[in-house]
Amino acid sequence: MTTTVTTHRPRPPARPVTLRARRLPAYAAPAVALGALLAAAGIVYGAGIGGPVLVVVLAALLYLVGLFVAANAVEGRRSARDRTWSALIHSAFVLAVLPLASVVWTLVSKGAERLDGNFFGTSMNNIGARDANGGAYHAIVGTLEQVGIATLITVPLGLLCAIYVVEYGRGRFAFTIRFFVDVMTGIPSIVSGLFVLAFWVLIVSPWFNDGRPSFSGFAAALALSVLMLPTVVRSTEEMLRLVPAPLREGAYALGVPKWKTILRVVLPTALPGIVTGVMLAVARAAGETAPVLLVAGGGAAINVNPFENNQSSLALFVYQQAGDASKYSPARAWTAALTLVALVLVLTIAAKLLARRNRLGR
Amino acid sequence: MAKRIEATNVTAYYGGFKAIENISLTVEPKTVTALIGPSGCGKSTFLRSINRMHEVLPGARVEGSLTIDHQDIYDRDVDVTAVRRMIGMVFQRPNPFPTMSIFENVVAGLRLNGVKRRSILEEAAEKALRSANLWDEVKDRLGKPGAGLSGGQQQRLCIARTIAVEPQVVLMDEPCSALDPISTLAIEDLMFQLKDTFTIIIVTHNMQQAARVSDRTAFFSIEKTGDPGRLIEYDHTQKIFSNPSQKKTEDYITGRFG
Repeated sequence: MTTTVTTHRPRPPARPVTLRARRLPAYAAPAVALGALLAAAGIVYGAGIGGPVLVVVLAALLYLVGLFVAANAVEGRRSARDRTWSALIHSAFVLAVLPLASVVWTLVSKGAERLDGNFFGTSMNNIGARDANGGAYHAIVGTLEQVGIATLITVPLGLLCAIYVVEYGRGRFAFTIRFFVDVMTGIPSIVSGLFVLAFWVLIVSPWFNDGRPSFSGFAAALALSVLMLPTVVRSTEEMLRLVPAPLREGAYALGVPKWKTILRVVLPTALPGIVTGVMLAVARAAGETAPVLLVAGGGAAINVNPFENNQSSLALFVYQQAGDASKYSPARAWTAALTLVALVLVLTIAAKLLARRNRLGR
Repeated sequence: MAKRIEATNVTAYYGGFKAIENISLTVEPKTVTALIGPSGCGKSTFLRSINRMHEVLPGARVEGSLTIDHQDIYDRDVDVTAVRRMIGMVFQRPNPFPTMSIFENVVAGLRLNGVKRRSILEEAAEKALRSANLWDEVKDRLGKPGAGLSGGQQQRLCIARTIAVEPQVVLMDEPCSALDPISTLAIEDLMFQLKDTFTIIIVTHNMQQAARVSDRTAFFSIEKTGDPGRLIEYDHTQKIFSNPSQKKTEDYITGRFG
């Protein structure tokens, strides 16, 4: 009698059990980059087909290919894909930042020429084509007043509108409001300028002005608020929707009325996001040229009264100086553009700091 | 102080969906009443209809009669905020107001209802925090954000916030389900103390908890998904857990159900 003893041998694992794998050395990626750069330079200059820009573009492509091949050979396919994709994502980031950095650099380098007290202290009144001085004081005043008034009009209106849509609105009416706010987001600024020109400047302003229509900074503020309103409403709406329902219920359960819950619990919770949205709208409004040209008319002299006569703004100043037939005007345009960007930046930072002050320190 | 709640044929809807049907029960003052039952049987809906939180959701409505010391809380002339001040609520997940400090959270109910005097607020905050067994842990950092506390502390903060407005009744919707056993024990101890002053109604999925903390227990159930929840049995907790009169209750309690 023979007894057969069957033994179950452990099956060999399909993959090696070790956790280690072959890795490209740390110097591999820079080496591939250097190789790609040299090869690209060789091809471009050897064939005489382009300059340094083409070298960089070609080098980037060669780098992607080279990295994939090298990683594929040493580390395997999955890792090669991983490296290629992360290299692609990084290049996309660089591509996105490049124009931004270029804009900032251009503004600073070209705007520095007229960055003097005269520029910020004087207007363009009585400045001829041969005068080297002249400044944007009137335009800065105009931008601050117009955007300030537009913000004062838009923020309460936009907040109330968003609160209605999120907290109170039910059914068809709220839906209609949301729809038209969306439509308004796409209104070209020239159309809002024309609207205010036809409505305010031509119809309403004669009532205050002995029957003659009058340009004014306030009209520009109206046109800007038409542009700002949809941005403020939409961003506030999104932020209010992000406030968790249990917070509202927590307040209701304490016997707090709905309006007070919104004012004291919901709005403070959503405040940082709302401020961001408002500042986006402010930045957009500050950069608008067409409506200001249409309804405030522009002007060379300082006019601090937004309710009467022509006003300029920084954006309009840039437009006018850039097209002016004087060898001194391009420098003014650049400095004004730099001022505008700096102004928006300062306002945004200030608003964010203000919104954070209300939050408790973590 | 604490008040008696009587529900008679309470039926609640979410839009066209009937969530609970013909619930009738009486909750005695200064007792703890537990509502137990499988998920979706309408315990929370019933609880939320007691302080009119049910109608906060669009399309939700309640039929039948709910009285607190013989005053119908669904009467047309009744001010909803007054009902909610009288019947406070603690939610399943701690929901301290994120923009407020610990102190501001506790006195939020008072302050948002118009109490401004700093001395009154401070006194009320200390009293409420002491009742919620939280005072010693937070007395040195009342100005810090409420959201920075641990989960169990946050829930006790929410309880302090609820009892700071001095309600008659406190509703608790699974107040311990997001908490660890130690925090749960702290809150159960708290319930024992609070029932000297308040009437407490608690929804819980934890049957040991219901057995430990409550004087009376109501068992809710549904026939099948989509049916409205019904009250199967309501009795002294001891009776429900030792000798229930309904077969369904026994099945649920002994784990032979769902």
